[in-house]
Amino acid sequence: MSNKEKHWQKTKGHMIMTLCLWAFFSMVIFLFGYEINGMSFLGYPLAYYMTAQGSLLAFVIIIFWFANKQEKIDEEFGFGEKED
Amino acid sequence: MFKGGFIQNLPKIYGLYTGGFLVFILMMAIAEQAGVTAKTIGILFVAFTVAIYALIGYLSRTIQVDAYYLAGRQVPTVFNGMATAADWMSGASFVALAGGVYFGGYSYMAFLVGWTGGYVLVSTLLAPYLRKFGCYTVPDFIGTRYGGNGVRFCAVLVLVLASFTYVTAQINATGTIAARALGIPFEAGVWVGLVSILLCSMLGGMRAVTWTQVAQYIVLIVAYLIPVFWISNKIGAGVFPHLMLGDEVARITQLESQFGLVKNSAADVKAAGVPGGLKSIAVAHAGVGAGGMAVWKYISLAICMMVGTASLPHILMRYFTTPSVKSARKSVAWSLFFIFLLYSSAPMLATLSKISLMDPNLPTGIIGKSIADVQSIEWVKQWSSQKQVFIADFNGDGVLQLNEWFMRTGVVVLATPEVAGLPYVISGLVAAGGMAAAMSTADGLVLAISNALSHDVYYNMIDPKADVRKRLIVARVLLVVVGAAGAYIASMRITSILGAVAWAFDFAMSGLFFPLVLGVWWKRATREGAIAGMLSGLAAGTAYLIYVYPKFMGNPAWLGIDHLRFGLIGAPVCLVVMVVVSLMTKAPDAATQRMVDEVRVPSGKAILGRAH
Repeated sequence: MSNKEKHWQKTKGHMIMTLCLWAFFSMVIFLFGYEINGMSFLGYPLAYYMTAQGSLLAFVIIIFWFANKQEKIDEEFGFGEKED
Repeated sequence: MFKGGFIQNLPKIYGLYTGGFLVFILMMAIAEQAGVTAKTIGILFVAFTVAIYALIGYLSRTIQVDAYYLAGRQVPTVFNGMATAADWMSGASFVALAGGVYFGGYSYMAFLVGWTGGYVLVSTLLAPYLRKFGCYTVPDFIGTRYGGNGVRFCAVLVLVLASFTYVTAQINATGTIAARALGIPFEAGVWVGLVSILLCSMLGGMRAVTWTQVAQYIVLIVAYLIPVFWISNKIGAGVFPHLMLGDEVARITQLESQFGLVKNSAADVKAAGVPGGLKSIAVAHAGVGAGGMAVWKYISLAICMMVGTASLPHILMRYFTTPSVKSARKSVAWSLFFIFLLYSSAPMLATLSKISLMDPNLPTGIIGKSIADVQSIEWVKQWSSQKQVFIADFNGDGVLQLNEWFMRTGVVVLATPEVAGLPYVISGLVAAGGMAAAMSTADGLVLAISNALSHDVYYNMIDPKADVRKRLIVARVLLVVVGAAGAYIASMRITSILGAVAWAFDFAMSGLFFPLVLGVWWKRATREGAIAGMLSGLAAGTAYLIYVYPKFMGNPAWLGIDHLRFGLIGAPVCLVVMVVVSLMTKAPDAATQRMVDEVRVPSGKAILGRAH
């Protein structure tokens, strides 16, 4: 496998991992919205909290994490960008 | 104090700007104390901010193609994040989101998850690759990747349909706010709004829109957060509302069971003469519906909004302006952070607004009081005369019940400062924020449409030999034409017929999501596949919309897929047709395959040059 192919393999794996996290916070937990709303977080009912704030915050963190890790993958294969 | 170029000094420039804006707010507060009327303050707020945007638009004028289309590809990561957030958060987000949460509860908040979660798709699947490609517009990517004017034209078609659905609503919102703040008729307000929008974009294209959007983001976020924090502290709900409103949410739930959540029958509402568009609270604030259908309704709406977000051209094109591929990726993260600041505040504002009105222990509470008393409150009088709030004494006992109090959704944002007894200067600030939100989105949309028409249709299809000067003149003429068309439709007040903002997401997802994603992630995708996919996805989605929308054919929704979710029909059709047709046709040639390989590598030159 060439360097480019290996880089793409790893990029794809990282993409799939990121989308799994995304699917968890955008869909999976809301499959159980009714069940988890009895629990509480910061005093809010849990499902209410997740849709009002929690999942939104999770997405912000996921994208920062995604971008940082992808940069490391790019550098590992010598595809890092020089500017800034 | 300003050494170096404009870009190096951006933090200083916008720091000064923010400081200046805060000083302006203070001056208005002092003016209010000194007896300047509320109306004058409202006019000053809107006029002052719009004048600043116009000045930025003028200073950013350009005669270069790459500056006009891509802001010269030098917008720093964080600033592009702010510009994208302003581009993204529309007048509707600003004015109606908190109201939507207020009346719709948990099931409405699927929009919050959908409108933020989509950015994960943007950053993983699209933004960095489109930036590497170096295209000017979204159809520019489709046209170059798949090759040919036919496929380019199909992409323009989807773009125009999705963006135009959206833009009339934005111009409508600028018109409403301008009309209210300046005290002029709505029809005139729409044209005032249009002129303001064009002042920001015409001379400098993407460059001017970028720097005005950053300025607009600062105004809109200040205008949204100040009231939320102020009200929360004023009613003693907590210093930091986002973390501290748990008790208030619980209290609302308790009050709901005390007062009773009653859904009024349509006949009662009509008989009482409630103006159209006004609603009463009938859905639990924090409760979650049980059963599979409730879950499906929530998740299906979130999916449509997320996939639609990742297909909207006016958002994707913001990531063409960053200096590098990695800054495009980071920029998506910053965009979502800036969006999060407002979106996570909307449910808090809804909670504060609701408890202010519902809790009899608070001086602002009105539910359970005598209707005569409530009607003599100053803000109730004022908003009633504008048909924004309404009282219908269904049981005739002279006491205001929860189901007898009606409000328009926008009132939650626009009137809550008054309800909670904040000075008028805050209401003026909120008007300026709403104007900023509506203008910034309208700017992005009008530019996305006119750039596709000028670059893809005019330059690539009609006159590929046109020189730079001619191209930029055509681009500006089209900008004015597209804006005027949007304003004309908005002034006819038929936006309710044109349907919800959500449609734009469904159109974009039906026609563009898979051709964009597969263009990067599947080398085997062919031109014929992309054309067939775009057209059949768009056709299937539109046909289903006509089939299901109450004002068209009004058939019962299939599996709960109503007119807000028709992308769930269009996008899968697009995917299947695109894959099948691609596999039936000849694989793309070696040059195209090499191009896709190049796109997947972040380093190196963009596929399309700076000027093309």
